[in-house]
Amino acid sequence: MEVPILKQGPYLIASIQSALSDADLVQLRDALVEQVGRLRSRGVIVDVTALDVMDSFATRTLRDITFMIRLRGAETVIVGIQPDVAFTMVQLGLKLEGVPTALDLEEGIAFLGKKDTSPAKEASPRGR
Amino acid sequence: MDAERNPMAAAASAERSFEHSRDRVLEEIAVRINEDTDIVSARQKGRVLASTLGFSSSELTLIATAISELARNIVLYAKQGEIVLRLLERGEQRGVMVRACDQGPGIPDIRRALQGGFSTSRSLGLGLPGVRRLMDEFEIESRVGHGTTVTARKWKR
Repeated sequence: MEVPILKQGPYLIASIQSALSDADLVQLRDALVEQVGRLRSRGVIVDVTALDVMDSFATRTLRDITFMIRLRGAETVIVGIQPDVAFTMVQLGLKLEGVPTALDLEEGIAFLGKKDTSPAKEASPRGR
Repeated sequence: MDAERNPMAAAASAERSFEHSRDRVLEEIAVRINEDTDIVSARQKGRVLASTLGFSSSELTLIATAISELARNIVLYAKQGEIVLRLLERGEQRGVMVRACDQGPGIPDIRRALQGGFSTSRSLGLGLPGVRRLMDEFEIESRVGHGTTVTARKWKR
């Protein structure tokens, strides 16, 4: 089940629609890392609202996505982690350290908007 | 189902409670695990089965996540195996049992496999400490070269 990636102005939005296999998550990672360069996106939002389970593999892959995209010069925010999923992640000791999260799509877009106008961001060259 | 026991399994002795003669099996589902998409179907079946006992939605998420971790270990280390899901009754209690069996390489150092978390370098990254935290009971038997069986149970509160 491939995750649709929508281009919304300077951002990419990956909206997960259903449970994902490990291969689907890796496919999403590679697609985002590629498209963020091709489309010269400033930020990426990964919407995980539909995920009823975030296990160690999913968590690690979301962290990898965030760090790889940061290395490419853009910012990622994970939105929509459900209360039960957050509870389980805490029980498991799974952390998303260094990975920005926001409540929902709207908050995610607001977060990226704030990031995008930071002086550091403007000063940094956008070499790909 | 009661496989030959490995002295190494003594590492998990604190949690060990052998196949309970008092446990009555209300229902059982077995899910073959051969590839990563089977991880998703095992956890979905487990969630549906456990929901019939009236677990809360956060408990169902814990159970589904534990199944996911155990099924992934099978795919990663043994390539194939089976997840057995049972509804159990023990006295007044009802609960769900998740058992992951494989004939894979086995775990040479169970004590180490149960240490730490996902982020510590000492962890073997098997996800077993996490599963142990999520569930009420946790048992592991493993023989190098023969395979691994992990059994975990969660009781309805």
